[in-house]
Amino acid sequence: MSTVIFRAIAPYLTALMVLFSIFVLLRGHNNPGGGFIGGLIAASAFAIYGIAYGVPPVRRAMRFHPMQLAAFGLVLAALAGVPSLLVSVPYLTGLWTYPTLFGVELALSTPLVFDIGVYCVVVGTISSIALSLEERER
Amino acid sequence: MAVSEKTVDLSQAMVTAPVAPADALIIAPIIITLFFGGLLLMTRKRAAWQVPMGLFALVLLLAACAGLLARVLTAGPVSVTMGSWLPPFGISFTADALGASFAFVSSLVALAVGLFASRDIDGLGQRYGFFAFLLLMMCGICGAFLTGDIFNLYVWFEVMLIASFGLMVLGNTRTQLDGAVRYALLNLLGAAFFLAATGYLYGSLGTLNMADITERLRQPTDGLPLNTIAALFILGFGMKAAAFPLAFWLPASYHTPSPAAAAIFAGLLTKVGAYALLRTMVMVMPAAHAVYADFLTWIAIGTMLLGSLGALAESDLRRLFGYVVISGIGIIFAGLALGSAGGLSGAIVYALHSMLVMTGLYLAAGIAARLGGSQQLRELGGLYGASPLLAGLTLLLILSAAALPPFSGFWAKIVVVEAAMVGGRWWLAGIVLVTGLFTALAAGRAFAHAFWRGGPVGTPDGAEKSVPGKLAAADLPLLLGPLGFLTMLTLLIGLYPQPVLRLAEIGAAGLLDPIPYVRAVFGAAP
Repeated sequence: MSTVIFRAIAPYLTALMVLFSIFVLLRGHNNPGGGFIGGLIAASAFAIYGIAYGVPPVRRAMRFHPMQLAAFGLVLAALAGVPSLLVSVPYLTGLWTYPTLFGVELALSTPLVFDIGVYCVVVGTISSIALSLEERER
Repeated sequence: MAVSEKTVDLSQAMVTAPVAPADALIIAPIIITLFFGGLLLMTRKRAAWQVPMGLFALVLLLAACAGLLARVLTAGPVSVTMGSWLPPFGISFTADALGASFAFVSSLVALAVGLFASRDIDGLGQRYGFFAFLLLMMCGICGAFLTGDIFNLYVWFEVMLIASFGLMVLGNTRTQLDGAVRYALLNLLGAAFFLAATGYLYGSLGTLNMADITERLRQPTDGLPLNTIAALFILGFGMKAAAFPLAFWLPASYHTPSPAAAAIFAGLLTKVGAYALLRTMVMVMPAAHAVYADFLTWIAIGTMLLGSLGALAESDLRRLFGYVVISGIGIIFAGLALGSAGGLSGAIVYALHSMLVMTGLYLAAGIAARLGGSQQLRELGGLYGASPLLAGLTLLLILSAAALPPFSGFWAKIVVVEAAMVGGRWWLAGIVLVTGLFTALAAGRAFAHAFWRGGPVGTPDGAEKSVPGKLAAADLPLLLGPLGFLTMLTLLIGLYPQPVLRLAEIGAAGLLDPIPYVRAVFGAAP
């Protein structure tokens, strides 16, 4: 698979896909998208990079072990429900805040934190599996 | 785009009443185990953090479960629906005396196993995430005991299964992989039956909330395939609980993982299946229970016979205890099949007793195998000379498993036998007692061979051989301490059984009369 064309295009493709995965993650609350599908897109971006350049560069680029990323997502998702306990509503109840940043109203919420957790779990798990399969192949 | 709550009246769709802090305890076991499980997985390269953080989380879990049990016993069933969605649309967590007491004893057992593992699992096992998997498995177990939604119950089963796969293959040896494949295959099959039943139930009733289903099934239900669904539940949960004739995976796999992992499997995992059966068959689908009562009786008899005869025939210490676990499951099924208040509370007492004692027996077998260098009864011997304390504790646990007074097993069995006599099934009582005798013989034989005689097969009478392994003095408190703790508990319950018997009665009453449970979920409305 390591043809010149593929190797030349892979970094751009990876960067675009990671960017798109974050876009999909953020639009997910009211539109199609969300943490799960965003995570899948990001994981396939890492897989493409791995096919083009081999697994070690991907692992270096990710900095953390994919399982650590997944565990971080789990912790984040568990914590996303905790603020609702502090205001005496059931666990995981969505709490919203609308700060205005540079004249734009931002809708921030605990479901978004939960979704980011899901994103990390999916990226971590799927890229962990994909990378170890690619390692096996060489 | 974001729909602001300023513009919509949410009281039609969401719970608006505030949650009392004590009721929030119901989700605490999940948050604690998930948070620390994830944290331990993130930091698993830092071996020095694993033990203190894992034990801290287990202590927190125990405190949360104790608080929840206290709350349930004073205020009745507690229910919180996640995300504030109105039940039955949101996922409810509902704890009654049954679920809360199971969760409490499980967290007790988990702490004992955690202490044991802090000494027994080496640095490599801890780096591969022993404590992380242990906590995530406890997450699944506590979730299964506390959830009030039947699909959510399936999810917790899966969480528990996945984490237990991790624990099972932790040493990465050939026999472990072999055991894990059998375990995984059978448990996935069981989970598939459970999922099919859940889907069927949802298709029939359009709801997954257990309180809601309970309520619906108490009205006329013509034309619904409830008996099929109940059969699928019995199949799926029976597989998980290791009931006859689907029990063969347990002795084929539980002797392979590390002693600590095997101990918590033997203590807790089968009981989750038994709990799920108690919940679905007795509380949710009482009509189907009446249909299958005889069938369940036969399963109970088969399981008791299989367990006790298997234990008599077995020559591997841990496999032998595996059969003892199975015969205990048979007694729980006998109580379940009786379905009376006495039978159910007997099943509950036995399940709680079995969690403590089976964990203890597997821990003892682990230490014995370490000392004697083998888990084959032929090759073991002379352990009494090597560690009289271990021998004494093991003997007490064996007596408790054999249901002799003054131990918890005695009371558990007496309640079941009494319920069988009252129900006019003297033959069921007889089988409980006879298989109990077989179990006592088998476990006593294991004790005589491994501990009492001077050495392995071939040692002349009167001679004593030294055992190959040794317990370091530093290991003693953390290896024998948890064992002593579990033994103390079973002795204490045996000497003063009233609180546990009362707890089981409350749990059984909650299964037979689910109105407080339903009311906790839906408020006073129904």
